[in-house]
Amino acid sequence: MTAPADSTATAQRLLADLPPSPAVWCEGLRKRYGRRTAVDGVSFTVGRGEVLGLLGPNGAGKTSVIKMLLGLVRPDAGEVLLLGRPARDPQARARVGYLPELFRYQPWLTAAEVLTLHVRLSGAAVPAAEQREVLGLVGLGERTGDRVGGFSKGMQQRLGMAVALVARPELVVLDEPTSALDPLGRVDVRDLVLSLKERGVAVLLNSHLIGEVERVCDRVVILDRGRVAAAGTLAELLGSRELRLRLDGVDARAEARLAATGRLTRSGEWFTVTLSDDEESAVPALVADLVALGVGVHAVEPGRISLEERLLAVLREGPGASS
Amino acid sequence: MTAVRTVLTFAGLTLREAARRKVLRSLAVLTLLLLGLSAWGFARLDAEFGGLTSGEARLAASTVLNLVMFGFSLIAALGTAFLAGPTLSGEVESGTALAMLARPVRRSTVLVGKWLGLVAFGGAFVSLAGLAQFVVVQVTVGYWPPRPVAGLALLAAQTAVLLTLGLLLSTVISPMASGVVAVGLFGATWIAGVVGGIGDALGNEGVARVGAVSRMLLPTDGLWRGAMNAFQDPSLLTQFAPDLGGSPFFSEAPLTATYLAWAALWVAVVLGLAGMAFSRRDL
Repeated sequence: MTAPADSTATAQRLLADLPPSPAVWCEGLRKRYGRRTAVDGVSFTVGRGEVLGLLGPNGAGKTSVIKMLLGLVRPDAGEVLLLGRPARDPQARARVGYLPELFRYQPWLTAAEVLTLHVRLSGAAVPAAEQREVLGLVGLGERTGDRVGGFSKGMQQRLGMAVALVARPELVVLDEPTSALDPLGRVDVRDLVLSLKERGVAVLLNSHLIGEVERVCDRVVILDRGRVAAAGTLAELLGSRELRLRLDGVDARAEARLAATGRLTRSGEWFTVTLSDDEESAVPALVADLVALGVGVHAVEPGRISLEERLLAVLREGPGASS
Repeated sequence: MTAVRTVLTFAGLTLREAARRKVLRSLAVLTLLLLGLSAWGFARLDAEFGGLTSGEARLAASTVLNLVMFGFSLIAALGTAFLAGPTLSGEVESGTALAMLARPVRRSTVLVGKWLGLVAFGGAFVSLAGLAQFVVVQVTVGYWPPRPVAGLALLAAQTAVLLTLGLLLSTVISPMASGVVAVGLFGATWIAGVVGGIGDALGNEGVARVGAVSRMLLPTDGLWRGAMNAFQDPSLLTQFAPDLGGSPFFSEAPLTATYLAWAALWVAVVLGLAGMAFSRRDL
């Protein structure tokens, strides 16, 4: 009689040992609006506790993809799993927080009442004190009892951030979370995203501000005309690094030594060597060799190709573009 | 979250919106105005036509009561139709719906919740305003309708029918347009009902059918006629029926159970269609 119980326990142990399902898994998402194809075969994954940046020009289909993940737009084709459950089931969104690009909250409710409403809808049990804490976290601690109708655009976006965070989410989807915020507010949002990452909450971040994405995201998906144009970790996307050197007395031997390190370009006294990822350790040896060859070394500046440059290259020249 | 809890949450939210968005205040002002005017009118009726026979006085009071109640049903219709539209498509257009519908709730459940809130609001308004009007008539001319509860319930049902239509329209067209179309259809059905009444009085079957068909397509006018029948003095029917046949504020017969069942089915079907349209819509 103990055999079935044992096997159940084993099965449970096996299940528990499985790595948790990704926060977002989508495959082959497709959406047409009339004749225009907005999203065309988009697939990607957001791991638990991972921050994924969604980048792309206007009209690339970023918001449509997000809305399909959340069941707000019906995909023409494709599958979505949220936190391991098919997105067709509304319960898949029980632990998902969302700040829409077009954010607006009931103007006749107070900030605290908006949060209470969303906690109720999410089915979570979050005590009032914790809800106030979240409002404090987004900088609305003093305005909990004020009607949303009197809030500025930036304050409403902060409230939207609180709404996304209040029901103890395991996945937070932020669609242009800083569009209405001042530079200070942007820093706040960046800190919030980083603190979510620390707590193991997955974040899907759609933003035009590439600097923002570069600072907080583990991985980036670049969408262009409804397709995934490039995807990968920041290191993968920005793989190549550069070394800029200001030198004088460069002869043929020195030039050969430089070229041996990586692709070499020259503009006057400035030499730029492209390094691949694992060649950073080669820099001291290169400098020592150059000095030994009698080259005057005035400056050595390590440089990194910015995400912005990479994004522009991908969008202009296609996914295969070298940076 | 269970479906029942979602329904109740959205019903409560809709009532709170109505209470906080000045809808209630403007409705209250309009109602008090109408009540005051009717009190003055009924008082004059009594004073000017003091020499009327009791039968004539009853006829006058009963007809004018129906006229005033029609005013209330119009206010309720306008109020709920213009509340039902914005509450759904307005929230979709403004973006308020996005964050809420990304929660673990079904859209059809959200719609039923809103509908329930609107029905409660419209029903409460019609009942309270109607009751106040009965008191006014009782005090001024001493007339009390024979079946006040049934009449008010039918008036509330009429409001429910119209706001259900408003909800369906607002899932497919803009908020303002849905209000205008709903009220327009309400008016058209009422006029078709009057035309049908004239057809009845003249014994012209073809014209009479206009009213019958429109009452099936949109049950507002049918329910309104049932409500009038509950408000008017039953003795009128025996005394004045032949003369009043074509009057828009006189109803010859109470509603049949079949018609009430049809009205209930109509509401269920239209609400179901609205739920389907809303569930399929891209936000």
